[in-house]
Amino acid sequence: MKTGIYPGCSLNGSARDYNESVFALAEAFGLKLEQVADWNCCGATAAHNLNKDLSLALPARILSLAEQNGMDEIIVPCAACYNRLTVTQNELKRDPELKNRISEVIEMSYNGTSQIINVIEWIDKYIIPELEGKVIKPFDRKVACYYGCLLVRPYKVLGYDRPEDPQSMDIVMSKIGATPVYYPFKTECCGAGFSMSRTDIVANLSGKIIEDAESRSAEAIIVACPMCHSNLDMRRDDINKYWNKKFEIPVIFITQAVGLALGLSAEKVGLKRHFVDVNVG
Amino acid sequence: MNVFSFYVFSPVLNKKKTNMSHTETLTENSSLAHSLEKHVDVLSRKCYQCGKCSAGCPVADEMDLTPSMVMRLLQTESPVNDEKLLRSHSIWLCLTCEMCLCRCPMEIDIPNVMDFLRQKSIKEKKVNPEAKNIIAFHKSFLNSIRLTGRLFEFGLTLDYKRRSMALMQDVLLAPRMITRGKLHFIPEIIKGRAHVARIFKKTK
Amino acid sequence: MARIGVFVCHCGENISATVDCTKVAESIGKLKHVALSAEYKYMCSDPGQTLIKDAIREHNLTGVVVSACSPRMHEPTFRRACAEGGLNPFLCEMANLREHCSWVHEKNDLTTEKAIDIVRTQVEKVKLNHALQPIRVPVTKRALVIGGGIAGIQAALDIANTGHKVVMVERSPSIGGHMSQLSETFPTLDCSQCILTPRMVEVAQHPNITLYTYAEIESVEGFIGNFKVKVRKKAKSLDEKTCTGCGLCTTKCPQKKIPNEFEQGMGMRPAIYIPFPQAVPNKPVIDREHCTYYIKGKCKVCEIVCPTKAIRFDQPDEILDLDIGAIVIATGFDIKHADFFPEYGYGKYKDVIDGLQFERLASASGPTSGVIQRPSDGQVPKNIVFVACAGSRDPAKGIEYCSKICCMYTAKHAMLYKHKFHEGKAYIFYMDIRAGGKNYEEFVRRAIEEDHVDYVRGRISTIYEKNGKLIVKGADTLLGGQPVEISADMVVLATAGVANSGAEELAQKLHVSYDSHKFFAEAHPKLKPVETNTAGIFLAGACQNPKDIPDSVSQASGAAVKVAALFSQDELTREPLVAYVNRMAPPLYSTCVACGLCKPVCPYQAIESEEFKNREGKVIKKAAKINEGLCQGCGTCVAICRSKSIDLHGYSNNQVYAEVVALLNEY
Repeated sequence: MKTGIYPGCSLNGSARDYNESVFALAEAFGLKLEQVADWNCCGATAAHNLNKDLSLALPARILSLAEQNGMDEIIVPCAACYNRLTVTQNELKRDPELKNRISEVIEMSYNGTSQIINVIEWIDKYIIPELEGKVIKPFDRKVACYYGCLLVRPYKVLGYDRPEDPQSMDIVMSKIGATPVYYPFKTECCGAGFSMSRTDIVANLSGKIIEDAESRSAEAIIVACPMCHSNLDMRRDDINKYWNKKFEIPVIFITQAVGLALGLSAEKVGLKRHFVDVNVG
Repeated sequence: MNVFSFYVFSPVLNKKKTNMSHTETLTENSSLAHSLEKHVDVLSRKCYQCGKCSAGCPVADEMDLTPSMVMRLLQTESPVNDEKLLRSHSIWLCLTCEMCLCRCPMEIDIPNVMDFLRQKSIKEKKVNPEAKNIIAFHKSFLNSIRLTGRLFEFGLTLDYKRRSMALMQDVLLAPRMITRGKLHFIPEIIKGRAHVARIFKKTK
Repeated sequence: MARIGVFVCHCGENISATVDCTKVAESIGKLKHVALSAEYKYMCSDPGQTLIKDAIREHNLTGVVVSACSPRMHEPTFRRACAEGGLNPFLCEMANLREHCSWVHEKNDLTTEKAIDIVRTQVEKVKLNHALQPIRVPVTKRALVIGGGIAGIQAALDIANTGHKVVMVERSPSIGGHMSQLSETFPTLDCSQCILTPRMVEVAQHPNITLYTYAEIESVEGFIGNFKVKVRKKAKSLDEKTCTGCGLCTTKCPQKKIPNEFEQGMGMRPAIYIPFPQAVPNKPVIDREHCTYYIKGKCKVCEIVCPTKAIRFDQPDEILDLDIGAIVIATGFDIKHADFFPEYGYGKYKDVIDGLQFERLASASGPTSGVIQRPSDGQVPKNIVFVACAGSRDPAKGIEYCSKICCMYTAKHAMLYKHKFHEGKAYIFYMDIRAGGKNYEEFVRRAIEEDHVDYVRGRISTIYEKNGKLIVKGADTLLGGQPVEISADMVVLATAGVANSGAEELAQKLHVSYDSHKFFAEAHPKLKPVETNTAGIFLAGACQNPKDIPDSVSQASGAAVKVAALFSQDELTREPLVAYVNRMAPPLYSTCVACGLCKPVCPYQAIESEEFKNREGKVIKKAAKINEGLCQGCGTCVAICRSKSIDLHGYSNNQVYAEVVALLNEY
């Protein structure tokens, strides 16, 4: 079983901390993560908003490259990329004519054989089974596990966890000693790609997510998506201004939380790169 | 033939001008609803207007047309309403968070409908002026990928500011991003750059 | 010598507009063995039938072919006419010139040719018909009513009042069903128990009704008029004759925290319990699954305190064997509960309840004595959000249908709340209002206009908890889908009505059809709502489809009259067009070798085994035997029999062959 990783543009750029924590975890468990060679951007929201064929061609190139690399399985830590790659794989599987057309566009053969997994699935598969005895600093905090939209929806395509009140991240967190709180905003949208173009909407929606977490006495919000992290963390000043409040709850990637529980240092998991001070773990 | 076109062909009512603006003659099969059925396999007539989508939509308060209204306008299969849809702000405000589809009792793929309307709106140059910045962002994003194969965030920001003229936006954020190593000034150009550019050309 | 009479009907213009009836009559008249070939405008009319009767006598006909409409239309009419004319009715056949010819073709020569062909085949067939006598089957004049809800009660009383015996089997300890759980009924707001309990008592006291509660159907064999039913009387763990129903044991039982089924989990009950104070029979039962004595071998307090020493811990289940002539299924329905809804919390919010739970809260004899209060903290809610269409009309949740009664009972619930707590605010989120019954629309208007219930058109996307309240996110579609968010004290879901638990198993025991939602299937959706496709088994009430009390009662009375009609004769006659396995003189007895292939393929379980014994009683031959009472004449066994030992009366191999040959030959 050859496992590849598709980091995507965020992990390569402003979500560098996420990238660092993923590789730190992999290193701690002796897992090899080979990047999909010469990968391109999946197109994210912009592509499917403006151009359907493009939104399928860009992920198709990535999947073809992974196939060429002999990767049976690709980990996609970015939830948006995970969503786009899986949706593309699904669309091309359902419509052979479309598959042939896109194959022509990307000038590559495409079979759709690699299995696409998200970061929580990766943790469940490779890290949780080996966790016994390795948790040196239990993450003894109340946490609000925030899944966002694209990890669990559309359920018919992704088939992951469940779209209402998902529990996979909550379970991982409780395995490292945390107490997940009841959190009804765990799958509400944070404002997604409007970070620049409609910062007010992001401030509004992300603010609601943060307010609910704090009202449930959560001490940290755990995320598995760099976009959500950016909206909840980097945009904290905008959120505070919009709501005329001072929200202080830190936002931590799940890989960072697991890394901290294993005793890895804050720098190692990229915690120093956050905008909101992280005073837990 | 749907209910509304009956009013056109009925000899009695032909003379009168009705208040219902969506009773104009349709050329066969030109409605958005029909295109949706043909190209995206979505049947707008399945919608029974329960409103669950609008109820759960995070940006419904901002929208000029809520998701359930969008479905109703599609159902009328009228040119006037189709025009309203393509020129609406709503389709650009949609975050594609997929909450509507998740809760829809008829499992209508509303996010796909929104994508379709967006793509058509751009193609027919009917974009709502209020959505200028949103589209500017998408275009800058795609432009960045076309040039290097991957998103160059700094380049995206500059291009977006050029298009939106929001020159001072996030200026205060930049220093903190730099100190945290989150802002790179040199783009990464993939080997298959030309390949990606060709993909863009072929899907134009 | 065959003398066949052929009658070509014009059917007004239905046939004659497309088929040249005169030519058909003429051509057929030239055939061998056709004694008479006539045509007439309306054969089914009085003069038309007289034409047949006269012809039978005048021409000594040995067979009749009426070339007209479909036999499904008028076969009984013409068979009766032949019988009155003195000819065995099964020597009459119909040639379908309407549905099979004139209605599906254009007017031309080919159509007339086809018509002639059709008649020719029937002429050849009828020559091989045998005179048959109807099959007579005895009838046991005792009915079984399964289910003791309002439908079952009504059916039982109606049948009993015609003078016939009824056995009622109810699986819970008391009859009454869901109606006994209701607070008030729409549209009159009658107290439900007040109108129900007199009927319950009538059932218990009626001389013609034998009531078994805490009992279930174990197995059903047999056929119409002759069912053999095994009923399992579950052990109540007490002697019903000695028990006076004083109820002392129920107050002394130390196990008090078992969720009460009657209260829909809103209250508790002990292990020895009477389901509700007005229960019929008003005697307790011991719930062995939760009783300390059966779990740990200790306690026995009830036995100690019982003044008449009625407790019998070792009582076994009892199996009763009953002979039954007709069965009425009245097993009712159930509803989905709050845990069915992922977006409404998977059932974890205490103050999100379903309709039946609300009924118990509103009911004067309920766990809160009629005070509507929040299950979480006992406070009276200052506002309640009622969610209509919760689960119904929802293909994504697998329930496409409308549950029919929810619009009405939701209006009722809102009204009850407002009547009890005037300052309260009631919201109903709906999609449509289905209020088609008598005085139903007026009832809903009353809720809106007099009781100030706030109706908002839109479905609820999600419900979550915040600071002890329930945040309800809905939309007002009449305002363009404008989002509406309400901070509610309580939410009542009008959940979908579904088939009762055990419906599928019971249907399989009775060999009755059911649909994909496990509701029992009626024989015809329009014209046979109380019959099933299984002869002798009838339906009443919500087991067929969710319905309100007036409809359940009507259907129950309908089923009762069908039973009474069945019992009005001592014998049942059935059409003799059934299969038969050949029989001949010993030592062969039959060409059947008892290979058994026919038995499993028969959809009606109509094939038995017959044993032939010699004088010493030793079985020397086994052969298949068709049960004439059950056989429906489908012909599957005829097709599968490898030795061609089975044939079908009225559609024998020779007859079918003759028809085919007639088509192939020139005439």
